[in-house]
Amino acid sequence: MTVSKAASSWQAARIVLQREWLLAVRRPAQVLQPLAFFAVVTAMFPLGYTPELAKLRAIAPGVLWVGALLASLLALEHLFREDASDGTLEQYVLSGQSLTWLLLAKTIAHWLLTGLPLTLMAPWLGVVLGVPLTAATGVMGALALGTWTLSLLGSIGAGLTLGVRRGGVLLSLLTLPLAVPVLVFGARATELAITGDSPTGALYLLGSLAVLGLTLAPLAAAAAVRIGLE
Amino acid sequence: MLVLHRLLLAAPVAELVDATDLKSVGRKAVPVRFRPGAPQLVMSPLVVKNLTVYRGERAILSRVSFELDAGRVMIVTGPNGAGKTTLLRTLCGLVEPEDGQLCWRAVPCSFRDPQYHLELAYLGHDAPLKMDLTGRENLRGLVGLRRVIGPSDVAMALREMQADSFADRAVRTLSAGQRRRIAFAALGLMGATLWVLDEPITNLDGAGEALVQTALSRHLSGGGMLLAATHQPLGLDPLRCDSLALGAARS
Repeated sequence: MTVSKAASSWQAARIVLQREWLLAVRRPAQVLQPLAFFAVVTAMFPLGYTPELAKLRAIAPGVLWVGALLASLLALEHLFREDASDGTLEQYVLSGQSLTWLLLAKTIAHWLLTGLPLTLMAPWLGVVLGVPLTAATGVMGALALGTWTLSLLGSIGAGLTLGVRRGGVLLSLLTLPLAVPVLVFGARATELAITGDSPTGALYLLGSLAVLGLTLAPLAAAAAVRIGLE
Repeated sequence: MLVLHRLLLAAPVAELVDATDLKSVGRKAVPVRFRPGAPQLVMSPLVVKNLTVYRGERAILSRVSFELDAGRVMIVTGPNGAGKTTLLRTLCGLVEPEDGQLCWRAVPCSFRDPQYHLELAYLGHDAPLKMDLTGRENLRGLVGLRRVIGPSDVAMALREMQADSFADRAVRTLSAGQRRRIAFAALGLMGATLWVLDEPITNLDGAGEALVQTALSRHLSGGGMLLAATHQPLGLDPLRCDSLALGAARS
């Protein structure tokens, strides 16, 4: 057999990212569904509540955040499930690479395919709720950090619910309570951005949550996946 | 007093004689290893001792021990539910054993040691392939986690398993036997020493079986090791094969 170099962790992570991207291209529905869900849910509020922009503007932070959280939860259910059933996760465990690292790469891919598009959509959906486009930077900054933290939290939940048949609801019950701090600071940052104040303070807090998640969540997810595979 | 003195003297003298004896044996010790029936002085690369696995209250495996030398095969046999798959998965670190020691290349190590995993490749019942990707893409993804390979390596491995005609179709559209051929092409590229295979030749047609046999024989003659759970004969050189029979499930 040909003698070749062992792959470094960066090369392995690139392989994981490439693979997730290819899969997303082959199955666009799985990527588009959460985005469509977010758009539809947000657009329901002016219809169901009031068309008055001033009133809508007051509830806009909450609507945008709950909508984005639920939409990314929809996608989280698929994070590890198929990889577990087709044996990909077993190969990750046996690859000689750190499972924590590979799962982090996978979570990053997941965020790039759900959290980031949700973030980019939010200012435009905000227009429906009377959010001025001048607030776009603050709204997007808050959602980018928030969805990132939620992807990391969700990776733990997805790992823990691997062994559970139809674990979607359980996943929401596990993940959403943990996401409360993200929701609180995220909605606050969005509100400040909408009213024209500086959201920096709330964004720093969101950033610290994102870093905390990045430090601890992959370790917990790897431990959860190992248990789930047994 | 004299008796005691003699006794004290006698002991070291006896030891000395023993030591020279041992030395003379020791000089021959290298060829001795290959003499049939001689005690093994060098440890096998893979030594598993007292492996015990519980599922809840039920012992799936209790105190399973075996050794595997370079270039040799261990066929794990036993009725359904005897714990063949569990044994293989435990060995790969996918199932946490209750008890048991592993020595890899004479060094005690954990079943989850990344260095050990790098030298080990596992294929389960189902080929670990992504349905929406082509065979070639799957190969790159599976092997690329372990080593750097180029398109020419992938093409060669696929050709060897005569899988190049369907390697560019989505795995979803392939038959179980074709999927297995792609999985074996990946296995060959991983460059592992110890292959752990669960029912390696199920779903394969005659030609596929022959290809897998060739691949396995080449792996063994290159000093590789194989641990396989199977009901069917693998068609390998019987002189290379040992077998490990697992009993029926205990409650």
